[in-house]
Amino acid sequence: MARIGVDEWVEQSDERSEDYDGLIGPVRRILDNMAPGLKLAIGAGLVALLPLFLQQGQVRIGVSILILAMLALGLNIVVGWAGLLDLGYVAFAGFGAYFYAAVASDQIPAHWPTALVLPVIVFLSGALGVLLSLASRRLAGDYLAILTLFFGLIFLELVRNFSRLPFVSEDFDPTGGPNGIPGVEPWSFFGFEINTFNRHYYLLLALLVLLMVGLHNLDKSRTGRAWRATRDDPLAAGHMTTPVNKVRLLAVAAGAAIAGFTGAAFAAVQVGVFPTNFALVFLITIYAAVILGGSGSIPGVVLGALVIGYLPELLRNPATASWLFYLGVSVALVARMRPWSRLAGVVGGLIAFGFGVRWLVKAIWIDVSSGEAAEGFLSGILDGWILILGDHRDIITNIAFVVAIGGALLAVLSTGWRQVFVLIPTLYLGILVWENRLVFEPSLTRQLLFGAMLVVMMAVRPQGLLGKKRVEIT
Amino acid sequence: MEFFLRQTINGLTLGSVYALLAIGYSMVYGILKLLNFAHGEVYMFGAFAGYGMLVMLGGPASPIVPVWLLIPLMFLAAIVVSIVVGVTMERFAYRPLRNSPRIAPLISAIGVSFFLQATALFLFSAGFRSYDAPDLIDISTGIAIGPVDVWLVRVLVIVVASTLMVLLTLWVNKSRTGKAVRAVSFDREAAEMMGIDVDRVVVVTFLIGSALAGVGGVMAGLVFGRIFSFMGFTAGLKAFTAAVVGGIGSIPGAMLGGLLIGMAESYTTAYISSTFQNLIVFSLLIIVLLVKPTGLLGKPELVKV
Repeated sequence: MARIGVDEWVEQSDERSEDYDGLIGPVRRILDNMAPGLKLAIGAGLVALLPLFLQQGQVRIGVSILILAMLALGLNIVVGWAGLLDLGYVAFAGFGAYFYAAVASDQIPAHWPTALVLPVIVFLSGALGVLLSLASRRLAGDYLAILTLFFGLIFLELVRNFSRLPFVSEDFDPTGGPNGIPGVEPWSFFGFEINTFNRHYYLLLALLVLLMVGLHNLDKSRTGRAWRATRDDPLAAGHMTTPVNKVRLLAVAAGAAIAGFTGAAFAAVQVGVFPTNFALVFLITIYAAVILGGSGSIPGVVLGALVIGYLPELLRNPATASWLFYLGVSVALVARMRPWSRLAGVVGGLIAFGFGVRWLVKAIWIDVSSGEAAEGFLSGILDGWILILGDHRDIITNIAFVVAIGGALLAVLSTGWRQVFVLIPTLYLGILVWENRLVFEPSLTRQLLFGAMLVVMMAVRPQGLLGKKRVEIT
Repeated sequence: MEFFLRQTINGLTLGSVYALLAIGYSMVYGILKLLNFAHGEVYMFGAFAGYGMLVMLGGPASPIVPVWLLIPLMFLAAIVVSIVVGVTMERFAYRPLRNSPRIAPLISAIGVSFFLQATALFLFSAGFRSYDAPDLIDISTGIAIGPVDVWLVRVLVIVVASTLMVLLTLWVNKSRTGKAVRAVSFDREAAEMMGIDVDRVVVVTFLIGSALAGVGGVMAGLVFGRIFSFMGFTAGLKAFTAAVVGGIGSIPGAMLGGLLIGMAESYTTAYISSTFQNLIVFSLLIIVLLVKPTGLLGKPELVKV
């Protein structure tokens, strides 16, 4: 039920004209005129220089971001290009990881060289993908999502309980059950071991660049066009003699092969695999990367992986997390509040509101506030403004959290000065909850952020940061 | 025989809870063609609301109101909270996406589910809470069915669930709004052209689905005792399986599917092994989907161009 007479060209026309004005206009124009190969070479060159300036711990983070980027690129084929919701995607990565771990550790007697095992993993994961999509061939749309979701769950159950299955001998335990497989050997090609973070970094960077080039060509090829055609309108594509089923099968298999390969790298980097690695959280992380960056766009997905992969590291340290939080709130306010007088109203009102609440609380109930705000670039200013709770911290922040969510939702619905009046207490409560609880709980914050991000992105900018607006014809 | 009967009663109790949840999945799918992945979280919030009411009224050991009043109050709290969560979710996460590509609301639903789980973790922390229902209603009080003594709470769960399902069936088939729900589920655009307020029907659907999920949450707390912030995920998956097995979009199908999944789970635990309970239930789903993709009572969808 798209708007009548609106196709993709019309839908994107605003974007085409708007984004070339102002300060970033010339920069964008230069970027647009540059050949994709040149852009990739510059980008990869800069990224390759990074380990020279970074500590080992930071290179380790870089390695996991590279892995996330490769996984996201694989998922992008299935979700972004073929338009299939594959919720069992992590199972393929898990398969690759477990397969590599089993033959590169003491888990089973067999011990294979890496150069042999990697092609086998790519082939087998691809075959698994073919099998899965053959099984779901008759199932249209949502049923594929269901089937793949349960495929992922069954994979996890199997991995956890493999040796307890009937008809399997007690001694044969290739998955290690709930304990996983520790002590996996690194990748080793004809005696050259990939055993330091720097080596992993450069190898994975090279592989990522290769993958990006390959996918770019694939996207421009006949197959890529067929994927997009079946995504936009399978019926019409079918009538234009696109073999819809075969094309979809190819997409799932290609995604699965990339996932399997990357999974093997994951196992080697982590020096082990565990069932919890491939739980739903990981799937959502990969989806968040694809959606944030813009599904369908190769540089977008890589950018998304960079943001999503680096975010948890920033949240881990209260100082940087606070910096990020206030920056995010300010950017959102500046971008959304117009005219400027309302923005000034919000900021001024918020400051006054904070002092008012503080004065009121001190006047009637002294023992609520104790201690100082978490360290950060604003901590000195915040100490005298926001309440840092003592005794009843949990219950007060719980209430504040619920009210703040309600206020944020109400602010979405209201307009004009009413929005300003709703925003002031909402922002205050949000900052209260942040300074008292969330800044100390990075994993919880990350989960809240990813969940909210998926919802907000879908409502505000479904095409992601670098994607292109799409129209579905029904 | 006694063992078998006991397992059947277990399966019926479990199945009643799954059926109540599955109805929510099925109704929403019927109307919006949306798999509401966050439905399990509504059930979890219902369970916690019931627990909150229980604690506020003095806890299971020494309640300040009589038990016959306490349990309905718990259900009421759960229904109110679930409805708020469910209807808010529809208004803010799904309604803006009514006209977007099909994949957008699905991703939004995953986001909502993730967000609500984190919210529960924030509000209730990660630990287990217990309803301690045996303190509330003694485990020895019950009704004898043949050789088996059935605990009163189980009887309550089965009776309440069946009553609700009968009422829902009557409502959908007889009332004016029920007719509108069926019309929208049959063809949304045509229903809109006939003057049916689609937004209102969607809200009513979410309201009923969420209320049933909330009731299911309290039931789960009463029968199984433990509640925790991730309980919605597993239960939601099972109920979702039930809805798909029964034929997603069909209300009687959801009830049938719920009972079937409950029974299958109970017999698997009793006769095979509890380790493979999930494995068998999930495999059951895949087999049903492969043999009869529309589920047991679902109708094949006509594709119009």
